[in-house]
Amino acid sequence: MQLIECPWCGPREEVEFSYGGQAHVPYPDTPGELTDEEWARYVFFRDNTRGRFAERWHHSAGCRRWFNAIRDTATYRFERVYRLDEPRPVTP
Amino acid sequence: MAELLRTHPLMAWSRAFERLPEPVGITVEPFVATADVRLASVGAAASEALGVDLPTVPNTWVPTGTGRAVWLGPDEWLLSSTTETPEQLEARIRAAVLPLGGSATDVSAQRIGLRLTGARVRDVLAKGCSIDLHPRVFARGSSAQTSLGQAGVVLMALSDAGDDYVVLVRSSFAGYLADWLLDAALEFTTTHDS
Repeated sequence: MQLIECPWCGPREEVEFSYGGQAHVPYPDTPGELTDEEWARYVFFRDNTRGRFAERWHHSAGCRRWFNAIRDTATYRFERVYRLDEPRPVTP
Repeated sequence: MAELLRTHPLMAWSRAFERLPEPVGITVEPFVATADVRLASVGAAASEALGVDLPTVPNTWVPTGTGRAVWLGPDEWLLSSTTETPEQLEARIRAAVLPLGGSATDVSAQRIGLRLTGARVRDVLAKGCSIDLHPRVFARGSSAQTSLGQAGVVLMALSDAGDDYVVLVRSSFAGYLADWLLDAALEFTTTHDS
């Protein structure tokens, strides 16, 4: 089984984690002025990248903290994990 | 009117635990008052108010004199006390952390503790837990929130020899985990006393 490195707890088994979708999706600046279509784009539309993808993960069976990870969607390899208050790392 | 008495969820397992041989000993820990503490930042003020330095290193625990303080997250701890009632503990902790912007909640009924002692308990735990429990990396003072036999637990190491652990498990999972532990310990029990 693959190990995922929690920024707090270190490497743990994949089953301890749950997936939280694409990371860095900003909440609308002016939510009151959004049209239904813009809301739909914010709520439902996500990138479907092949390759490196910034995602949110949750260490649900451990420390129950959210964190971000750069994962390769083709190989499922985790390239980097980082805390929510850290900027997205620059990957080559 | 019937008197309401709190019975231990593992009362029915006590005989089975007693029959276990020494290398895979399991005993039920007595009920303790437990509080969940949330506090954004710990420092001298928090240590003074609580009377204990909350552990800031992930996955560690420290003794507090009358109980334990377990790291649950960067802003969350589990404090237990063997001398206070749940109400007293919650009130004391809340009074200490409220001025610092923290909170305390009584969670005494949430978990029960099992003490695992003996030379082979590490082998028993290893059957359902992916954490490396070797004392080289999981010595006294280490803790881990993880899965044991698919049940969520808090594991704590009490010795540097790898033969003394406490498992905190949710009360509703206690029976399941007790059955699981007895099954995992089966190979270390001799046939004539089973």
